[in-house]
Amino acid sequence: MTVQPTVPSGTTPAWCDRCGEATGDGPHDACARARELEPPRYCAWCRRRMKVQVVPTGWTAVCVEHGEVRA
Amino acid sequence: MPEILDQARARVLGDGVGLDEAGVLAVLTLPDEHLPAALQLAHEVRMRWCGPEVEVEGIVSLKTGGCPEDCHFCSQSGLFTSPVRSVWLDIPSLVEAAKQTAATGATEFCIVAAVRGPDARLMKQMREGVAAIRAEVDIQVAASLGMLTQEQVDELVDMGVHRYNHNLETCRSYFPNVVTTHTWEERWETLRMVRDSGMEVCCGGILGLGETVEQRAEFAAQLAELDPHEVPLNFLNPRPGTPLGDRPVVEGKDALRAIAAFRLAMPRTLLRYAGGREITLGDLGTRDGLLGGVNAVIVGNYLTTLGRPASDDLALLEDLKMPVKALSATL
Ligand code: SF4
Ligand SMILES: [Zn+2]
Ligand SMILES: [Zn+2]
Repeated sequence: MTVQPTVPSGTTPAWCDRCGEATGDGPHDACARARELEPPRYCAWCRRRMKVQVVPTGWTAVCVEHGEVRA
Repeated sequence: MPEILDQARARVLGDGVGLDEAGVLAVLTLPDEHLPAALQLAHEVRMRWCGPEVEVEGIVSLKTGGCPEDCHFCSQSGLFTSPVRSVWLDIPSLVEAAKQTAATGATEFCIVAAVRGPDARLMKQMREGVAAIRAEVDIQVAASLGMLTQEQVDELVDMGVHRYNHNLETCRSYFPNVVTTHTWEERWETLRMVRDSGMEVCCGGILGLGETVEQRAEFAAQLAELDPHEVPLNFLNPRPGTPLGDRPVVEGKDALRAIAAFRLAMPRTLLRYAGGREITLGDLGTRDGLLGGVNAVIVGNYLTTLGRPASDDLALLEDLKMPVKALSATL
């Protein structure tokens, strides 16, 4: 998985990219497990809903502010 | 051996005549200890009436999200608080997706749009997209664009779309609990037009929407009456924000019972593993289903969720000595 180029290195994301809740607000283990079979839906840096395109062999997710993640 | 399996051996395996609704219900309610025998019989039926080949397909979403319909399982409805946003795939990316699908050995590529039915923009995108794929990629193109008018059916035939998917999703008696923005009968009408056009009919549904086991049997019987070329069988993958987001997933053994029962209801159809198998059945269950009546798979990712890598499924097919159906055999 690539990380958005605009994100400063060394920072940790504030938001869960699956459910959009704060990463500090309790465990997101179930989200992490679900993410093995789902692309992200929220930008981990700003909580915006991303534009996500799934194709047979991968996916891309785009935040207007923070750019593209893909796998 | 339970009586229903003896009857099925004579009627379905011997004569190629599917079980009726009562017979399907009897299979769906078999005790666990008879499940292996039911799967074994379903496998024999599939081998006898369909052969060992497995049809491999990839699917892609041409237009995702923002659908005006309210199918309660669907993360692409614009009426729920699902996090799925509306997005269109451009034609070069569509062609690339078809190429990647063909590279797995798949012979089918299904283009899907989250719509009630196509508008002029979508039909134009389809016309360009299908032409571009047919010019560059050796693969059969199927489509799933919701409810159609007769003109749209004719247009798709003209484009060279050889198969049309339109799922009834669930049985007629349960459908109003799942969808309120259109009727089961409207879906049936599209299927009728597709059938009459000469396109292959692909019609299945989703198990685990809250239907009873009797309604599951009703659904199998209604599909058998339609007699589709292909039946994609999905298991609910509860999606956040949808009305069915908190439903439990179908239990693995119930999913396998359904696979055997649907095969015994439709001995000659392509019975395809579609969405939700990873969650309901895992790797082992995928194998059990392929040895229990399933003879087609969707490989790679789904429309909004991800699947197993295509290579895992292809390795499994090789292990099971089930050849991937070749393009020449389908043309
Ligand atoms: S019509 Fe299709 S895309 Fe729209 S809500 Fe129903 S299942 Fe989802
Ligand atoms: Zn989360
Ligand atoms: Zn962002």
